[in-house]
Amino acid sequence: MSTAWALVAGCAVVTFAIKAAGPIALGGRELPARFASVVALTAPALLAALVATHTLADGHRLEVGAPTAGVLVSALVLQRTRSIAWCVVSAAAVTALLRAF
Amino acid sequence: MAHEDDSGEEVGTPRERFRAGVRAAVPFALAGGLLSASFGVVAGQAGLPDLAAIVMSLIVFAGSAQFAAVAIIGAGGSLGAALVAAALMNSRFLAMGIALAPSLPGGPLRRALQGQAVVDASWAMALRPDGTFDRHFLFGATAPQYVAWGVGTVLGVLGRSVIGNADRFGLDAVFPAFFLALLLTEARHPDSRRVAMAGAAISLALTPFTPAGVPILAASVAALWGLRTRQPS
Repeated sequence: MSTAWALVAGCAVVTFAIKAAGPIALGGRELPARFASVVALTAPALLAALVATHTLADGHRLEVGAPTAGVLVSALVLQRTRSIAWCVVSAAAVTALLRAF
Repeated sequence: MAHEDDSGEEVGTPRERFRAGVRAAVPFALAGGLLSASFGVVAGQAGLPDLAAIVMSLIVFAGSAQFAAVAIIGAGGSLGAALVAAALMNSRFLAMGIALAPSLPGGPLRRALQGQAVVDASWAMALRPDGTFDRHFLFGATAPQYVAWGVGTVLGVLGRSVIGNADRFGLDAVFPAFFLALLLTEARHPDSRRVAMAGAAISLALTPFTPAGVPILAASVAALWGLRTRQPS
Protein backbone atom coordinates (compact mmCIF):
# COMPACT_ATOMS: atom_id res chain seq x y z
CA MET A 1 0.00 0.00 0.00
CA SER A 2 1.43 3.36 -0.98
CA THR A 3 1.95 6.22 1.47
CA ALA A 4 -0.98 8.08 -0.07
CA TRP A 5 -3.48 5.32 0.69
CA ALA A 6 -2.02 4.71 4.13
CA LEU A 7 -2.50 8.44 4.78
CA VAL A 8 -6.13 8.29 3.66
CA ALA A 9 -6.88 5.20 5.77
CA GLY A 10 -4.97 6.54 8.79
CA CYS A 11 -6.73 9.91 8.72
CA ALA A 12 -10.11 8.18 8.43
CA VAL A 13 -9.43 5.98 11.47
CA VAL A 14 -8.04 8.87 13.54
CA THR A 15 -10.98 11.13 12.72
CA PHE A 16 -13.57 8.43 13.39
CA ALA A 17 -11.99 7.61 16.75
CA ILE A 18 -11.82 11.25 17.88
CA LYS A 19 -15.43 11.95 16.91
CA ALA A 20 -16.60 8.69 18.52
CA ALA A 21 -14.73 9.07 21.83
CA GLY A 22 -17.01 11.59 23.55
CA PRO A 23 -20.33 9.98 22.55
CA ILE A 24 -19.10 6.49 23.57
CA ALA A 25 -17.66 7.58 26.91
CA LEU A 26 -20.32 10.02 28.07
CA GLY A 27 -23.44 9.24 26.07
CA GLY A 28 -26.88 8.40 27.36
CA ARG A 29 -26.66 9.89 30.81
CA GLU A 30 -28.02 12.96 32.47
CA LEU A 31 -25.26 15.37 33.36
CA PRO A 32 -25.47 18.03 36.06
CA ALA A 33 -26.66 21.56 35.29
CA ARG A 34 -23.17 22.96 35.73
CA PHE A 35 -21.97 20.69 32.92
CA ALA A 36 -24.71 22.13 30.72
CA SER A 37 -23.59 25.71 31.28
CA VAL A 38 -20.00 24.72 30.50
CA VAL A 39 -21.18 23.01 27.32
CA ALA A 40 -23.18 26.06 26.26
CA LEU A 41 -19.99 28.10 26.54
CA THR A 42 -17.76 25.71 24.56
CA ALA A 43 -19.29 27.10 21.35
CA PRO A 44 -18.11 30.72 21.81
CA ALA A 45 -14.73 29.47 23.10
CA LEU A 46 -14.07 27.17 20.12
CA LEU A 47 -15.55 29.49 17.49
CA ALA A 48 -13.50 32.43 18.76
CA ALA A 49 -10.35 30.30 18.72
CA LEU A 50 -11.06 29.19 15.13
CA VAL A 51 -11.60 32.80 14.06
CA ALA A 52 -8.51 34.08 15.88
CA THR A 53 -6.10 31.42 14.60
CA HIS A 54 -7.36 31.73 11.02
CA THR A 55 -7.24 35.51 10.85
CA LEU A 56 -4.35 36.56 13.09
CA ALA A 57 -1.82 33.78 12.49
CA ASP A 58 -0.03 32.17 9.59
CA GLY A 59 1.32 28.84 10.74
CA HIS A 60 3.12 29.52 14.02
CA ARG A 61 3.59 33.23 13.36
CA LEU A 62 1.11 35.79 14.60
CA GLU A 63 0.49 38.23 11.78
CA VAL A 64 -2.03 40.64 10.33
CA GLY A 65 -2.63 39.93 6.65
CA ALA A 66 -5.18 39.93 3.88
CA PRO A 67 -7.55 37.49 5.65
CA THR A 68 -7.50 39.74 8.75
CA ALA A 69 -8.84 42.64 6.71
CA GLY A 70 -11.28 40.38 4.85
CA VAL A 71 -12.80 39.01 8.04
CA LEU A 72 -12.98 42.46 9.68
CA VAL A 73 -14.85 43.86 6.68
CA SER A 74 -17.14 40.84 6.69
CA ALA A 75 -18.09 41.54 10.31
CA LEU A 76 -19.06 45.12 9.39
CA VAL A 77 -21.03 43.83 6.40
CA LEU A 78 -22.84 41.40 8.69
CA GLN A 79 -23.80 44.19 11.09
CA ARG A 80 -25.14 46.27 8.19
CA THR A 81 -26.87 43.66 6.06
CA ARG A 82 -27.66 40.85 8.57
CA SER A 83 -26.84 38.52 5.69
CA ILE A 84 -24.40 35.65 6.17
CA ALA A 85 -24.08 35.29 2.39
CA TRP A 86 -22.89 38.89 1.92
CA CYS A 87 -20.69 38.57 4.95
CA VAL A 88 -18.85 35.59 3.46
CA VAL A 89 -18.66 36.98 -0.07
CA SER A 90 -17.16 40.22 1.24
CA ALA A 91 -14.55 38.29 3.25
CA ALA A 92 -13.37 36.37 0.19
CA ALA A 93 -13.54 39.42 -2.10
CA VAL A 94 -11.54 41.75 0.18
CA THR A 95 -8.94 39.04 0.82
CA ALA A 96 -8.60 38.26 -2.88
CA LEU A 97 -8.37 41.98 -3.78
CA LEU A 98 -5.63 42.65 -1.26
CA ARG A 99 -3.67 39.65 -2.54
CA ALA A 100 -4.00 40.87 -6.11
CA PHE A 101 -1.98 44.00 -5.35
CA MET B 1 -30.06 28.02 18.22
CA ALA B 2 -30.95 28.84 14.66
CA HIS B 3 -33.90 26.48 14.64
CA GLU B 4 -36.29 28.11 17.04
CA ASP B 5 -39.37 30.13 16.28
CA ASP B 6 -39.90 33.64 17.62
CA SER B 7 -41.05 32.44 21.02
CA GLY B 8 -37.80 30.51 21.49
CA GLU B 9 -39.67 27.18 21.50
CA GLU B 10 -38.33 24.33 19.47
CA VAL B 11 -40.84 23.28 16.85
CA GLY B 12 -41.39 20.42 14.49
CA THR B 13 -41.05 16.70 14.05
CA PRO B 14 -37.60 15.13 13.66
CA ARG B 15 -38.06 15.28 9.89
CA GLU B 16 -38.88 18.99 9.99
CA ARG B 17 -35.89 19.71 12.22
CA PHE B 18 -33.68 17.71 9.84
CA ARG B 19 -34.96 19.87 6.98
CA ALA B 20 -34.41 23.04 9.01
CA GLY B 21 -30.82 21.89 9.49
CA VAL B 22 -30.40 21.30 5.76
CA ARG B 23 -31.69 24.80 4.98
CA ALA B 24 -29.53 26.48 7.62
CA ALA B 25 -26.42 24.72 6.31
CA VAL B 26 -26.76 25.60 2.61
CA PRO B 27 -24.43 28.63 2.78
CA PHE B 28 -21.89 26.57 4.73
CA ALA B 29 -22.17 23.79 2.16
CA LEU B 30 -21.46 26.21 -0.69
CA ALA B 31 -18.42 27.64 1.09
CA GLY B 32 -17.27 24.13 2.03
CA GLY B 33 -17.57 23.08 -1.61
CA LEU B 34 -15.25 25.93 -2.62
CA LEU B 35 -12.82 25.02 0.13
CA SER B 36 -12.80 21.34 -0.82
CA ALA B 37 -12.15 22.33 -4.45
CA SER B 38 -9.01 24.04 -3.20
CA PHE B 39 -8.24 20.83 -1.27
CA GLY B 40 -8.50 18.91 -4.55
CA VAL B 41 -5.94 21.28 -6.05
CA VAL B 42 -3.57 21.22 -3.08
CA ALA B 43 -3.70 17.43 -2.71
CA GLY B 44 -2.59 16.97 -6.31
CA GLN B 45 0.24 19.44 -5.85
CA ALA B 46 1.33 17.44 -2.78
CA GLY B 47 1.52 14.27 -4.88
CA LEU B 48 -1.68 12.55 -3.77
CA PRO B 49 -3.29 10.50 -6.57
CA ASP B 50 -6.63 11.92 -7.77
CA LEU B 51 -8.67 8.99 -6.50
CA ALA B 52 -6.96 9.10 -3.09
CA ALA B 53 -7.84 12.80 -2.71
CA ILE B 54 -11.50 12.11 -3.50
CA VAL B 55 -11.73 9.05 -1.24
CA MET B 56 -10.05 11.03 1.53
CA SER B 57 -12.74 13.72 1.38
CA LEU B 58 -15.47 11.07 1.41
CA ILE B 59 -14.22 9.01 4.35
CA VAL B 60 -12.32 11.61 6.41
CA PHE B 61 -14.57 14.66 5.85
CA ALA B 62 -12.55 16.97 8.10
CA GLY B 63 -11.13 19.92 6.22
CA SER B 64 -8.44 21.23 8.53
CA ALA B 65 -7.09 17.70 9.20
CA GLN B 66 -7.01 16.89 5.49
CA PHE B 67 -5.14 20.10 4.60
CA ALA B 68 -2.66 19.60 7.46
CA ALA B 69 -1.94 15.93 6.68
CA VAL B 70 -1.51 16.52 2.95
CA ALA B 71 0.74 19.54 3.53
CA ILE B 72 3.09 17.46 5.68
CA ILE B 73 3.30 14.60 3.17
CA GLY B 74 3.81 17.14 0.38
CA ALA B 75 6.70 18.73 2.26
CA GLY B 76 8.39 15.33 2.58
CA GLY B 77 7.25 14.64 6.17
CA SER B 78 6.58 11.14 7.49
CA LEU B 79 3.24 9.34 7.56
CA GLY B 80 3.35 9.36 11.36
CA ALA B 81 3.86 13.13 11.50
CA ALA B 82 0.97 13.63 9.08
CA LEU B 83 -1.37 11.48 11.19
CA VAL B 84 -0.38 13.26 14.40
CA ALA B 85 -1.07 16.61 12.74
CA ALA B 86 -4.48 15.35 11.57
CA ALA B 87 -5.30 14.14 15.07
CA LEU B 88 -4.33 17.48 16.60
CA MET B 89 -6.33 19.45 14.05
CA ASN B 90 -9.30 17.23 14.90
CA SER B 91 -8.81 17.40 18.65
CA ARG B 92 -11.50 20.09 18.94
CA PHE B 93 -14.01 17.41 17.90
CA LEU B 94 -13.14 15.66 21.15
CA ALA B 95 -14.47 18.66 23.09
CA MET B 96 -17.47 18.94 20.76
CA GLY B 97 -18.20 15.21 21.11
CA ILE B 98 -18.12 15.38 24.91
CA ALA B 99 -20.55 18.31 24.79
CA LEU B 100 -22.84 16.47 22.38
CA ALA B 101 -22.75 13.08 24.13
CA PRO B 102 -25.66 13.49 26.58
CA SER B 103 -27.96 14.43 23.67
CA LEU B 104 -27.37 11.16 21.77
CA PRO B 105 -29.58 8.13 22.47
CA GLY B 106 -28.84 4.46 21.86
CA GLY B 107 -25.95 2.11 22.53
CA PRO B 108 -22.26 2.94 22.21
CA LEU B 109 -22.00 1.96 18.53
CA ARG B 110 -25.04 3.99 17.54
CA ARG B 111 -23.78 6.99 19.50
CA ALA B 112 -20.34 6.65 17.91
CA LEU B 113 -21.90 6.70 14.44
CA GLN B 114 -24.14 9.67 15.27
CA GLY B 115 -21.07 11.48 16.58
CA GLN B 116 -19.55 11.34 13.08
CA ALA B 117 -22.05 14.03 12.03
CA VAL B 118 -20.13 16.64 14.03
CA VAL B 119 -18.55 19.36 11.91
CA ASP B 120 -17.93 22.87 13.24
CA ALA B 121 -20.88 24.74 11.75
CA SER B 122 -23.47 21.99 12.34
CA TRP B 123 -22.35 21.51 15.90
CA ALA B 124 -22.51 25.22 16.70
CA MET B 125 -25.94 25.66 15.10
CA ALA B 126 -27.45 22.56 16.75
CA LEU B 127 -26.45 23.69 20.24
CA ARG B 128 -29.43 24.96 22.24
CA PRO B 129 -29.06 27.71 24.84
CA ASP B 130 -29.57 25.14 27.64
CA GLY B 131 -26.46 23.16 26.61
CA THR B 132 -28.31 20.28 24.90
CA PHE B 133 -28.24 19.55 21.18
CA ASP B 134 -30.93 19.08 18.55
CA ARG B 135 -29.45 15.97 16.91
CA HIS B 136 -31.90 15.88 13.99
CA PHE B 137 -30.96 19.46 13.16
CA LEU B 138 -27.29 18.42 13.44
CA PHE B 139 -27.73 15.52 11.00
CA GLY B 140 -29.66 17.73 8.58
CA ALA B 141 -27.03 20.47 8.70
CA THR B 142 -24.20 18.05 8.03
CA ALA B 143 -25.84 16.28 5.08
CA PRO B 144 -25.48 19.06 2.45
CA GLN B 145 -22.02 19.91 3.74
CA TYR B 146 -20.92 16.31 3.22
CA VAL B 147 -22.28 16.18 -0.32
CA ALA B 148 -20.71 19.54 -1.21
CA TRP B 149 -17.40 18.50 0.33
CA GLY B 150 -17.25 15.45 -1.95
CA VAL B 151 -18.45 17.25 -5.08
CA GLY B 152 -16.06 20.14 -4.47
CA THR B 153 -13.09 17.79 -4.15
CA VAL B 154 -13.97 16.08 -7.45
CA LEU B 155 -14.25 19.47 -9.18
CA GLY B 156 -10.97 20.62 -7.66
CA VAL B 157 -9.19 17.47 -8.84
CA LEU B 158 -10.66 17.77 -12.34
CA GLY B 159 -10.12 21.53 -12.61
CA ARG B 160 -6.68 21.61 -11.03
CA SER B 161 -5.00 23.27 -14.02
CA VAL B 162 -7.74 25.91 -14.31
CA ILE B 163 -7.96 26.81 -10.62
CA GLY B 164 -4.24 26.97 -9.85
CA ASN B 165 -3.49 28.58 -6.49
CA ALA B 166 -6.87 28.74 -4.76
CA ASP B 167 -5.62 31.23 -2.16
CA ARG B 168 -5.85 34.05 -4.67
CA PHE B 169 -9.65 33.77 -4.51
CA GLY B 170 -9.55 34.55 -0.80
CA LEU B 171 -11.29 31.28 0.06
CA ASP B 172 -9.23 30.89 3.22
CA ALA B 173 -11.13 33.89 4.66
CA VAL B 174 -14.50 32.23 4.08
CA PHE B 175 -14.53 29.95 7.09
CA PRO B 176 -13.26 32.40 9.70
CA ALA B 177 -15.88 34.88 8.39
CA PHE B 178 -18.57 32.22 8.85
CA PHE B 179 -17.44 31.36 12.34
CA LEU B 180 -17.29 35.02 13.29
CA ALA B 181 -20.82 35.48 11.93
CA LEU B 182 -22.02 32.51 14.03
CA LEU B 183 -20.23 33.94 17.04
CA LEU B 184 -21.70 37.45 16.63
CA THR B 185 -25.24 36.21 16.11
CA GLU B 186 -25.26 33.46 18.75
CA ALA B 187 -23.05 34.81 21.52
CA ARG B 188 -25.03 37.80 22.77
CA HIS B 189 -24.87 36.96 26.46
CA PRO B 190 -22.07 38.77 28.38
CA ASP B 191 -20.75 35.42 29.63
CA SER B 192 -20.49 34.20 26.03
CA ARG B 193 -18.59 37.33 25.03
CA ARG B 194 -16.18 36.96 27.93
CA VAL B 195 -15.55 33.31 27.12
CA ALA B 196 -15.09 34.10 23.42
CA MET B 197 -12.46 36.75 24.21
CA ALA B 198 -10.69 34.36 26.58
CA GLY B 199 -10.80 31.53 24.02
CA ALA B 200 -9.32 33.76 21.33
CA ALA B 201 -6.59 34.97 23.71
CA ILE B 202 -5.67 31.43 24.79
CA SER B 203 -5.43 30.19 21.19
CA LEU B 204 -3.29 33.13 20.04
CA ALA B 205 -1.00 32.86 23.07
CA LEU B 206 -0.32 29.18 22.30
CA THR B 207 -0.02 29.49 18.51
CA PRO B 208 3.74 30.22 18.37
CA PHE B 209 4.63 27.39 20.75
CA THR B 210 2.38 24.39 20.14
CA PRO B 211 1.56 22.15 17.15
CA ALA B 212 -1.31 23.37 14.97
CA GLY B 213 -4.70 22.37 16.37
CA VAL B 214 -3.66 22.40 20.03
CA PRO B 215 -4.46 26.13 20.52
CA ILE B 216 -8.07 25.55 19.46
CA LEU B 217 -8.58 22.58 21.77
CA ALA B 218 -6.94 24.48 24.64
CA ALA B 219 -9.35 27.39 24.10
CA SER B 220 -12.22 25.14 25.22
CA VAL B 221 -10.83 25.50 28.76
CA ALA B 222 -12.35 29.01 28.71
CA ALA B 223 -15.79 27.38 28.82
CA LEU B 224 -15.09 26.33 32.43
CA TRP B 225 -16.24 29.88 33.22
CA GLY B 226 -19.66 28.22 33.09
CA LEU B 227 -18.93 26.53 36.43
CA ARG B 228 -19.35 29.94 38.06
CA THR B 229 -22.91 30.42 36.90
CA ARG B 230 -25.80 29.10 38.94
CA GLN B 231 -27.91 28.08 36.01
CA PRO B 232 -27.48 27.73 32.24
CA SER B 233 -27.85 31.08 30.54
